[in-house]
Amino acid sequence: MPFIPHTEEDVAEMLTSIGARSIDELFDEIPAELKTGKLTQVPPGLSEMEISRLMYERAQQDGFYLSFIGAGAYEHHIPAAVWQITTRGEFYSSYTPYQAEASQGTLQLLYEYQTMMASLAGMDVSNASLYDGASALAEAALMAVRQHRTSRRILVPQTVHPVYRSVMRTIVRNQAIEVVEVPYDPATGQVAIDKLDQFAQEEFAALIIPQPNFFGVLEQVDALTDWAHDKQSLAVAVVNPTSLAMLKPPGEWGRRGADIAVGEGQPLGIPLSSGGPYFGFMTCKQELVRQMPGRIIGRTTDLEGKEGFALTLQAREQHIRRSKATSNICTNQGLMVTAATIYMSLLGPEGLYRVAAHSHANTVALVEQLEKLPGVKKAFHSPFFHEAALQLSVPADKVLNRLKAQGVLGGVLLENHYPDLKNTLLVCATETKTAEDLDKYTEVLRQALAASA
Amino acid sequence: MLIFEHSRKNRRNYSQAPATRPAKNNIPDHLKRKSTPLLPEVSEMDTVRHYTRLSQKNFSIDTEFYPLGSCTMKYNPRACNSLAMLPQFLSRHPLAPEDTGQGFLACMYELQEILKDITGMAAVSLTSMAGAQGELIGITMIRAYHEAHGDTGRTEIIIPDAAHGTNPATAVMCGYKVIEIPTNRDGDVDMDALKAAVGPKTAGLMLTNPSTLGVFEKKVAEMSRIVHAAGGLLYYDGANLNAVLGKVKPGDMGFDVIHMNLHKTFSTPHGGGGPGAAPVGVAERLLPYLPVPIVAHEQGVYRWLTEEDRPQTIGRLSAHMGNAGVLLRAYIYVRLLGAEGMHRISEYATLNANYLMAELRKLGFEIAYPNRRASHEFIVTMKEIKDRTGVTAMNLAKRLLDKGFHAPTTYFPLLVPECLLIEPAETESKETLDRFVAAMKEILDEIATQPDMVKAAPHDMPLRKIDDVKAARELDLVWDPAG
Repeated sequence: MPFIPHTEEDVAEMLTSIGARSIDELFDEIPAELKTGKLTQVPPGLSEMEISRLMYERAQQDGFYLSFIGAGAYEHHIPAAVWQITTRGEFYSSYTPYQAEASQGTLQLLYEYQTMMASLAGMDVSNASLYDGASALAEAALMAVRQHRTSRRILVPQTVHPVYRSVMRTIVRNQAIEVVEVPYDPATGQVAIDKLDQFAQEEFAALIIPQPNFFGVLEQVDALTDWAHDKQSLAVAVVNPTSLAMLKPPGEWGRRGADIAVGEGQPLGIPLSSGGPYFGFMTCKQELVRQMPGRIIGRTTDLEGKEGFALTLQAREQHIRRSKATSNICTNQGLMVTAATIYMSLLGPEGLYRVAAHSHANTVALVEQLEKLPGVKKAFHSPFFHEAALQLSVPADKVLNRLKAQGVLGGVLLENHYPDLKNTLLVCATETKTAEDLDKYTEVLRQALAASA
Repeated sequence: MLIFEHSRKNRRNYSQAPATRPAKNNIPDHLKRKSTPLLPEVSEMDTVRHYTRLSQKNFSIDTEFYPLGSCTMKYNPRACNSLAMLPQFLSRHPLAPEDTGQGFLACMYELQEILKDITGMAAVSLTSMAGAQGELIGITMIRAYHEAHGDTGRTEIIIPDAAHGTNPATAVMCGYKVIEIPTNRDGDVDMDALKAAVGPKTAGLMLTNPSTLGVFEKKVAEMSRIVHAAGGLLYYDGANLNAVLGKVKPGDMGFDVIHMNLHKTFSTPHGGGGPGAAPVGVAERLLPYLPVPIVAHEQGVYRWLTEEDRPQTIGRLSAHMGNAGVLLRAYIYVRLLGAEGMHRISEYATLNANYLMAELRKLGFEIAYPNRRASHEFIVTMKEIKDRTGVTAMNLAKRLLDKGFHAPTTYFPLLVPECLLIEPAETESKETLDRFVAAMKEILDEIATQPDMVKAAPHDMPLRKIDDVKAARELDLVWDPAG
C-alpha cells in the first residue's frame, strides 16, 4: 500500500489490542446512511515511474519561452544553493514552530529574515510572512483601519496592481471598509496629484503608495507620504523587494517615512511556477507592531541564559485570542521565506543591488531599442524601474500572438485592466536577459509590426 | 551565531549575481537609496553551512515522529516534490498565455474534479492559500448568498467551543458576531444549545467533523436540518478530513461549503509554517459566488474562468491562482494513491489512533472521551496527574522532545483541561507507535519518581526551556549590529 507501512500481522495485533474485529468496525459511530459509495472521478493509483512519465509529458507540453512578462511576478536567477537547502527535509517537512526548543532552526532563520526584510524596507520590524503581495496589502488596509480608529476608508491609486486592488476589496468589504480609487495621470502614469487633492478635506485611514507602480513607473513617494501624514492618514507602501536595493526605502519617504510597507516576496529567490507559492512581506514602524497580523519571532534566552528564539506577541493571534485576533491567519508561507532568506544571504547588499541595477538597465535598453521601431512609443514619460508600458500602432493582441509563435512572450496587455490604454504592452527585462535576447525581441517585434501593418 | 555575525565587508559570491554594475542608471537622484541594507556578506559555502546547521536544529517529519493532533503530519513523498519542480513548471509565468500552459492546467482541472468527487461538492476553486483563507472565502460566500437574497438581518455565525481559533477569527474578519455553543459530556455538540442559538440572525454554522475532540459528530444530519430550517448555511472545516477520506463525503453530510487542507490530508509539506493550500468546495446554491480563477475544460482546451464568466463571484483572493506548486504536489499525491488509496488513508489513520489510544489507556493515561471511538486522533487529559504531582501537559510535552518525539498538540481544544491531542498519521508504523508508548511509560515512571526533573524538561535539546515571557516583554525582533 503506497506510504502505509502496516503488515497483515501488524494489523491483527493492533486490532487485538483495541478489541475490534476489523478496521471497518472502528467506523461504527458514523451513521450508515452517511457512508459513501465509490469514488468515480479518482483514477486508479499510478506507480512512481508512471506518474513521472505523465508529469514529464505535461511539463514538456508547456515548454520554455523567452519571456518579457512581469506585472507582479519576475524572472530572476535563483542560485542553486537556495532550493537545495530549502528542500532539506528538516525545513521542508517541519511544522509551524510552536515547540520552540524543537524548532530553533526555523525560528532563527525567521529572525534573520525579519532583520533583512525590515532593513531592506527601511522599517523597524517585519513579520514572518503573509500569503502573497495582494493579501498582504489587504491585511495592511485592515491594520491601518484598526490603528486609525475613526475612518473606515482607504484611498488607493489606480496605479496599484489591479488584482491587488481587487483582492483588497474582496477582503475588506466584509468589514464595511470602503475603498476609494484615485485615477492616474495619463501623461506621466503616476498618481494624479490634482485628483488626489479633491480628497484633501475627507478622512481616510490610509493612502496606499506603490513604488514602482503597476506600470513600472516611479511615483513621487515623498510628496504622497507627506500628503497622507498631513491629513492624519497612514502611509502604506507597496514595494518590489528587488527595487529596494536601488530605490529609497519606504522608511525614508517624506518627512516621517511610510508607516507600513508590504509587497510580493517572489522576486527574492522564488520561482515563477504559474503564480505560487510566493509570499507576502509586511514591515512596519515599531509603534504598530501590536496591530500586525501573522507570526512574529523574538530573540530571547532559555532557562540558563543561552540565546534562543520563539514565536512572540502571540496574544495577537487566532490560536490564543480567537475572535479578538488581529487576523485569522495561521499557516503562512514559511518555506518560501526560507528560500528568500538564503537568497538574500547569498547575494548580499551588492549582489541584490546588481540584480536590481541590471534589471533596470536592461529594461531601459530594451525600451530604447523598441522605441526606434516605427509604431512603438512609450505610454508615459516618467522614470521607471524594470518595467515599462509601450503603445503600439497596431492591434497588440495580434502582435503578441506573432511573438509567441517565435518563442517570445512579449508582455501583458494593459487594456484588460485599463480600458483607456489601448494596444499597450507592459514589458519587463530582468537581469536574466542578455543583449542577444533584447535584440531578438526587437527583431521579432519589428517583423510582427510589419506583418500587422 | 547569526548569519550577520559571519559577514565580512566586501565578501561576495561572484558567480551568483551579475559580475559588474551596469553603466545605465536613469533613476532620479532623489529616489535613489543612499543607505546599505543589512544583508550579510558571506560566501556560498558559509551560507550553505549556516543554513544546513540551522536545519539540523529542527524536528521534522523526515527525522522524528510528530503525533501532532489536528495537523496530520504524514510523510511527504519525495516524488511529489521533484515532479512539481520540473523546470517547465517552475519557469512558467502566471500571466503566460493559457495555450502555453495546457499541461499545467490539465493537472489543475483534474485536481478540481478529483476533489469534487472526494468531497461530494458541486464545484471546487483551488485559489485558497491556507485553511484560514479557505474559511474566509467560505464565510464571505455565505454572506454573499444572504445578501443576494436580500436577507441582510443575518449577523451571527454559530461555532462550537471545540473549534480551531481560526473559525471565530474568520467570522469576525467577515464582519459577523460569534455565537459559541458548548459540547456535551460525550464530546458532541450540545443539541439543545444549538436549537436555542439558531434563529433569524443565524447566517451559518462552522463545524469540524470529526471534531477537534477526535470524535465523529453523530448528529450532523440533524444539525444540518436545524441550521437550514432557520435559514442558515453550513460550513465544513476540513482540518480533519483525513479521518473520513473515502468514507464520508461532506456534501452528503449536508454541508454547503467546505475547505480541505491539502498540507494535511494530501501530504503537501508543512514547510515550517506553510505554504499551505485549501481548495474550497461548494454545493449548488453557492456555485455562483465561488472565487475566481477556476479552470474550465471546453472543446479539449483548458482555460481560466474569470469575473466575466462568473459575474456573481466574491472575487479574487490571490494575485494569481493561489499556491500552484502546492496544488501540483497534491495532484501527484492523489494520482500515486488512486481511488483505492483514499479510503486506506482514513482506515489506517483511524487504526493507528485507536491502537495508540488503547495502549496509552493500558498504561494508565486518562482518555478524555473514553466511551468513544477515536477518529484519526484522540485526547489524553493530564488533569488528574497535574492535581496529584504538579506535572503539566506542557511538562510532559517537553519531556517527549528529550526522548526524540515531537510533542502532541497541547492545551487545544481549550475545553479539556491539561490536554494532549494526539494524531498518529497512517504513514507511521506499529514499531514507531510502540516506541512512543514506551517513551510515555518512561515519563509516567519519571513523574512518579522524579517529578521535578520532568517539570524542568527539556534537558537534552540544544536549548533548555525558552523564556517566552522575556520574548514578549523585551521585544527583540530584528538584529541590531550596534548590539
